[in-house]
Amino acid sequence: MISSADLRADTPTWCPGCGDFAVLAALQRALPLLGVPRENIVIVSGIGCSGKISSYLRAYGFHGVHGRTLPVATGIKTANPDLLVIAAGGDGDGYAIGVSHFIHAARRNIDVTYIVMDNHIYGLTTGQTSPTSPRGFKSKTTPAGAAEEPVDPLALALASGAGFVAQGFSGEIGQLASICEQALRYRGFALVNVLSPCVSFNREYSYDWLREHLVDIDHEPGYDPHDYATAVRYVTEHHGLLRGAVYVSDRPGYVESLVGTRRPVDVDWEEPKARWPELVAEFN
Amino acid sequence: MEEIVFMVGGQSGEGIESTGDIFATALHRYGYWVFGFRHFPSRIRGGHTNYRVRVARHQVYTHGNRIDIMAAFDRESLDEFGALLSSGAAVIFDPSAGQSTPPAGIDVRLCPVPLGDLANKAGGAIMKNVVSIGAAAGLMGLDPGVFDSVIRDTFAKKGEKVVAANQKAAREGFAYAQEHFGVTHRLSPPVSSPGMILSGNEAVALGALAAGCRFLAAYPITPATSIMYWLVDHFPQFGGVVIQAEDEIAAINMAIGAGFAGARAMTSTSGPGFSLMMEAIGLAGMTETPVVIIDVQRGGPSTGLPTKTEQSDLNEMLGGTHGEIPRIVLAPSTIEQAYLITRRAFDLAEIYQCPVIIASDLFLGLARASVPVLPAPAPGDRGKLWDPSSQPAADGERFRRYRVTEDGISPRSLPGQRGGEFVATGNEHSEFGPEIEAPGIRVTMMQKRLRKLAKFDLGDDAVWYGGDEHPDVLLVGWGASWGALAEARSVLAAAGKKVGHLQVVAIMPLPVERLRPFLANAKDIVICESNATGQMEAHLRRYGLLPAQVRRVNRYDGNPLTAADVLALWDLHPRAEGRPGERDPAAMVLPGQLRLAGETPAEGWPVLDPGLAVSGAKGGGEARDQQR
Repeated sequence: MISSADLRADTPTWCPGCGDFAVLAALQRALPLLGVPRENIVIVSGIGCSGKISSYLRAYGFHGVHGRTLPVATGIKTANPDLLVIAAGGDGDGYAIGVSHFIHAARRNIDVTYIVMDNHIYGLTTGQTSPTSPRGFKSKTTPAGAAEEPVDPLALALASGAGFVAQGFSGEIGQLASICEQALRYRGFALVNVLSPCVSFNREYSYDWLREHLVDIDHEPGYDPHDYATAVRYVTEHHGLLRGAVYVSDRPGYVESLVGTRRPVDVDWEEPKARWPELVAEFN
Repeated sequence: MEEIVFMVGGQSGEGIESTGDIFATALHRYGYWVFGFRHFPSRIRGGHTNYRVRVARHQVYTHGNRIDIMAAFDRESLDEFGALLSSGAAVIFDPSAGQSTPPAGIDVRLCPVPLGDLANKAGGAIMKNVVSIGAAAGLMGLDPGVFDSVIRDTFAKKGEKVVAANQKAAREGFAYAQEHFGVTHRLSPPVSSPGMILSGNEAVALGALAAGCRFLAAYPITPATSIMYWLVDHFPQFGGVVIQAEDEIAAINMAIGAGFAGARAMTSTSGPGFSLMMEAIGLAGMTETPVVIIDVQRGGPSTGLPTKTEQSDLNEMLGGTHGEIPRIVLAPSTIEQAYLITRRAFDLAEIYQCPVIIASDLFLGLARASVPVLPAPAPGDRGKLWDPSSQPAADGERFRRYRVTEDGISPRSLPGQRGGEFVATGNEHSEFGPEIEAPGIRVTMMQKRLRKLAKFDLGDDAVWYGGDEHPDVLLVGWGASWGALAEARSVLAAAGKKVGHLQVVAIMPLPVERLRPFLANAKDIVICESNATGQMEAHLRRYGLLPAQVRRVNRYDGNPLTAADVLALWDLHPRAEGRPGERDPAAMVLPGQLRLAGETPAEGWPVLDPGLAVSGAKGGGEARDQQR
């Protein structure tokens, strides 16, 4: 069995106080609980501060181009369903340049855990408005305030058919680790949107502000995450300011429906050779 | 006759494609070698479409330069393609349907057949196409039951009644033609039996399956989608998967993910999709992840000519993606080679751990022809896969995935292998994987990647040469134009020229030393390609392989390059009949060369618009670019 220490790689270069430390720690806490050997874990990450997580979590990692974590993760999981596949990135990666893949991964219900470190700003490029920045948000690219409405990741995930939708907060690492564990165990597409404050470029979404405004639905009396309508209502009424497991569906995952007992990674020349006369006969 | 070209033409949605396919498959089964090519518009209903099938006693590599028997269901068939009718060609048409006249002055044999009435007699007007191929078989003196088995296979799902009705329709056409016109185009009996009939796209798909590929991610796009269709049908039987991605960016990233996981993975597309893949091609190069990309080129730029052929993505294949990566670009010339090269591509992708691009095009991808039985799959070479038992990882040390080696290629671990954990990143990285920016390591890693292909050599397959040992005239081509150039070469040789034909198969890395001896000595180099700007010429020039003056044949009107396009440089023309070199050049029939004949239109041929009837250069060898 692996321990949290076994999952440590390079020392993170994130700014002190960055919310992404909590995400890394939550994963390192949750993964050993699953009993999956380290070599069967793959973390695919995108571009931005959050994208560096694949260098900090010791496992197999793939640090791709901006916005394309989910297609790469989909390819890995489909080619070898025995692997535990995590995709991780930021709000720009997932909800701007890669938003189409987010919608399609959700509706495919591919068995990938998607962790978005959502700080409502572009941090690595030193502070530009992101798709989750609120309307009126001032940054270098929106000096007069953002003119667009923000994307609501939870509502978008629910509308797109994601099987598991949750939101964590870097200031509540215990709950975040628990959410990660549930997501990793879930057999289908699991979104964990993590409100992960950027302490350098976004003073608006601070730990204090989030702590004050988030509603903990894991402890909300009577809240049933299996009820889609309730999930939609809560997300709408609270403007997405929730933490906990928002929605858990029992619809079957994508990979199960595609891959049989053999895996695409099992490269084989024998069967087509044995069936060659039959294949040749098809072209006649 | 040694060979016959049949064309069925009509409006989109009239079943022209299935009619052509039935005809081609039936003649293939009969023992002839066929080559079928469909001309079609980018819409579902309406617009002229036609299917030409060349039927020969020996293997053929193009759909020919003329039409001997035409079944015309619309006026465009004659207006646009009448100029290609050979002397004595038979034109099957329905006198009650209102047709155009054939071009004035060609000695065509008009064969009015009540296609609709005969189809109704068999069970329904919808079968008029089948009546027409029955009539064509009658004119060729074949067996009245020649289509029976193919009709059975085609319509079996629709029930015995439909099968029987279609078989009857074909026989009705056959009997009518024989009774009223006799045998006009008797083919000599078959001499050798072809093994398979398939399209270039199917050959690519079959090659992928044979190579051990079990993963395709693709977005539907003309003319590449039939690769996907075949694999959707077959991969699941072999433990493979096809994903219809949300776009081509997703498709190639999925294939890269599958390649990273250890599968042999591919994506297939055409120009617009290929453009979307550029960033990810760089990612595969940087992370040293094997991936095979099939580009079935079509007319560009932008949406261009979606249903027409071109070879204009070459520059993008050679240089597309920012930064500098090692890559392999291969261009199959024939359907058989499409199979062989695709099979090989998966080995090369794993051996060199880089993207491999296969340059196909619409003409190669959609043409459907008889080929000898393709060689059965054999175990491939997976390159340097890390073997933990013989190369144990040092205790406590992380796996050195990008170990700097003499040949630049490092042993590759796959997810699931204990001790092989590493991170693959599109950032510049150290031997262990994580990103770095140190100038020294950067330079070392760039050199490591770029030297992987330093000794790349496809061997005897890298270039193809046919013809005179010391040619004065050297035809140079790549990709699907091989058949046209081979035909042009034989005509030139018959005209007394010392001629050679050089085909570039390995395009990147370019086999410079293999090409140099051919290109260094030829007096008259003619580079033939289906693009406007001479992309292959520029590529060869970059390596100093060409003299200052060469001649070019560039065709970019959307139609395949033909022997006629090349021969026009010498004012020569393809043979009218037979294998190249077998017949007198005077017998050729081409636009502007139509022989006058005495036959007048048969009674009952409705003359709709005599003014439009003659179409000297239309539909023939138009839009040729020749420059010195």
